[in-house]
Amino acid sequence: MNFYGVLAIYKFEMARTKRTLLQSIVAPVITTSLYFIVFGAAIGSRIQQVEGVSYGAFIVPGLVMLNLLTHSISNASFAIYFPKFVGTVYEMLSAPISTLEVVLGYVGAAATKAMLLGFIILITASFFIEMRIAHPLIMLAFVVLTAVTFSLLGFILGIWADNFEKLSVVPMLVITPLVFLGGSFYSTDMLPPFWQSLSLFNPVLYLVSGLRWSFYEIAEVNVWISLISIFVFMLVCFFTVVVLFRTGYKLRS
Amino acid sequence: MNTSTEQTKPILTVSNLNKTYAGGFQALRQINLNIIRGEILALLGPNGAGKTTLISTICGIVRASSGTVRVEGYDTVKDYRKTRSLIGLVPQELTTDSFETVWATLAFSRGLYGKPPNARHLEKVLRDLSLWDKKDNMIRTLSGGMKRRVLIAKALSHEPLILFLDEPTAGVDVSLRKDMWKIVNDLRSKGVTIILTTHYIEEAEEIADRVGVINNGELVLVEEKIRLMQKLGKKQLMLELDQELPRVPLSLADYQLELSNDGRRLVYTFDNQGTHSGITELLDDLKLAGIAFTDLHTSQSSLEEIFVNLVDETS
Ligand SMILES: Nc1ncnc2c1ncn2[C@@H]1O[C@H](COP(=O)(O)OP(=O)(O)OP(=O)(O)O)[C@@H](O)[C@H]1O
Ligand SMILES: [Mg+2]
Repeated sequence: MNFYGVLAIYKFEMARTKRTLLQSIVAPVITTSLYFIVFGAAIGSRIQQVEGVSYGAFIVPGLVMLNLLTHSISNASFAIYFPKFVGTVYEMLSAPISTLEVVLGYVGAAATKAMLLGFIILITASFFIEMRIAHPLIMLAFVVLTAVTFSLLGFILGIWADNFEKLSVVPMLVITPLVFLGGSFYSTDMLPPFWQSLSLFNPVLYLVSGLRWSFYEIAEVNVWISLISIFVFMLVCFFTVVVLFRTGYKLRS
Repeated sequence: MNTSTEQTKPILTVSNLNKTYAGGFQALRQINLNIIRGEILALLGPNGAGKTTLISTICGIVRASSGTVRVEGYDTVKDYRKTRSLIGLVPQELTTDSFETVWATLAFSRGLYGKPPNARHLEKVLRDLSLWDKKDNMIRTLSGGMKRRVLIAKALSHEPLILFLDEPTAGVDVSLRKDMWKIVNDLRSKGVTIILTTHYIEEAEEIADRVGVINNGELVLVEEKIRLMQKLGKKQLMLELDQELPRVPLSLADYQLELSNDGRRLVYTFDNQGTHSGITELLDDLKLAGIAFTDLHTSQSSLEEIFVNLVDETS
C-alpha cells in the first residue's frame, strides 16, 4: 500500500481548496441564505407546513443534498480532468501507485470538501430555522455515502470528459434537474398521481427522502431502501472506476 | 567476488517491444535494448521517430502492444510498484502545476512515489539545481529554464536509480545547456543511470557514453559513442601546398587525392578503422614526386554527419 502516495494526492487537493478558502465558505453561505429568503420566506409564508414540518425546515435536507451532489461531482471531476488537461497526469501514471490508491486520494478529498460544505450549509440553515436531527448517525451515513458515491461519479466524468463543456454538462443538465424534480423543495404528495409515480424513477428522490427521514422521520420511500440504493450505486461507481483504470481508458494510450 | 558481473548486468532490459497506437500507427518496432548500470545513453532520432513513446512505455504511461521491459529484473507491468519507484521521469513538455510552490510540488512528487518526507534530501536536490532560493515561489512565476529544472527536481525527489530526460535542453540557452550537462554528469557520478533524448548531436557527443539511434520506430543502432565515431567516422588529411599544382601526378593516383580548384590544397580521405592509414606512404610518395607542403592538418566527421547518413540510409 502506497500510503504516502494517497496522502500526497489528498493533501494536494485539500491545499487547492485552502487557496480559495474564502470563496469556498462565503459562496455556500450566501446561496443558502438566498434559498431561505426566496423559498423559506416568500413561498414558506404561503405553504406554512409540509407533513407537520415548517417549510423552511422541510427544504434543509434537499438543500444539503443539492450541494453535496453538485459539489462532489464537480470537485472530483475537475480534480482528475485538470491534470489530464495540463499534462501533469504523467506523474500519476508513472508513479508506483495503484488505481485504488489514486481513487482513494482524489475521491477522499472531493468527498471531504463536499461534506464540509454540507456542514457549512447546515450551520447557516440553523440561523433561519430550528434545527432538529432525529437520527444523527443515519444522517451522517447518508452524507458520507452520497459524498463518496457522487465523487466517484465525478471522477468517472473527469476521466471521460475531453473538454470543459462535457465537464459541466452533467452537473448542470442532469443533476440539478433531478434534484429539483426529486422532491427537494416540495413533497411529491403535492404532485398529480402520474408525476408522483414518475418521481419514483428519480434516484435523487431516494437520497433526499432518506436524508429528510434522518432529520424529521418523514419519508417518501422507506429509509432502508434509500440507504441500500445509495450503497449499491456506490459499488457500481467504484467498479466502473476500477475497470476504467484497468483498461487505461482515456488515460493510458 | 561477483562484483564485475553485478556491474555488467544491465539495469534495464527492453525485449521485443512493439507499440501500435489505437489509430493503428506503429510507433515502436521490435525494440531490444539493454541499459548499462551507471551509463549515460543518448537517444537520437528525427521528430516522430518514437523516442518519447519508448520512454513512456518503459515508465508506464503508454501500454506496450507486445514485449517486455525489466528494471533490475522486475517486470514493469507485473511488478510496477517496484520498477516505477526506481525510475524518475522528466517529460518532454513543460507540464507543471501553476499555483503550487516549488517546495510543495517536490514534496508531492516524493509522496506520490511512496517515500516518507525528507526535507534534507529535497533541499539538496534544490540546491544542486540552483533552485533553493525559489523554493517558496509559485511555479508559474518561474522562467522556462527554471521550470525545466523544477521538473528535474521533481523526478529526483524520490531518489531514483534511473533517470529519463526527454529533451532536457530543448529551448534552453547555451549557458543553461552547459549547466544541464554538468547536472547530468554530476548525477552520473553519483551512480544514477541516465537515458536522455536530444536533437542536438553535439550534446550526445559531449556527454553520452553510448548513443542509440531510433528511426521510424526502429532502433537502428546502439553503440559506444567513441567506437561509433571511429567506426563510421571518416578522417581527412589536408595538405596546404607550397606551390600551385596543375593536376595530381599519375604516380599518386592510388591515393584518390582531391585537388582544390586553386591547386594549393590536396585532400586525402582515409578510413579510420584499420591501423593502416597510408599516411606514411603518401608522404614518402609526395616527396618522390617533388611536392612540398607548408602545413597539414586532419579532420574527423562529427556525430552529426554520421547520424544524418544513418537516418538517410534507413528511411
Ligand atoms: N497518443 C498517440 N496516439 C497516436 N499516435 C501517437 C501518439 N503519441 C505519439 N504518436 C505517434 O507516434 C510517433 C512517435 O511519436 P513520439 O512522440 O514517440 O516521437 P519522438 O521521437 O519523441 O518525436 P519528437 O522528437 O518530435 O519528440 C509519431 O508519429 C506520433 O505521431
Ligand atoms: Mg519526443
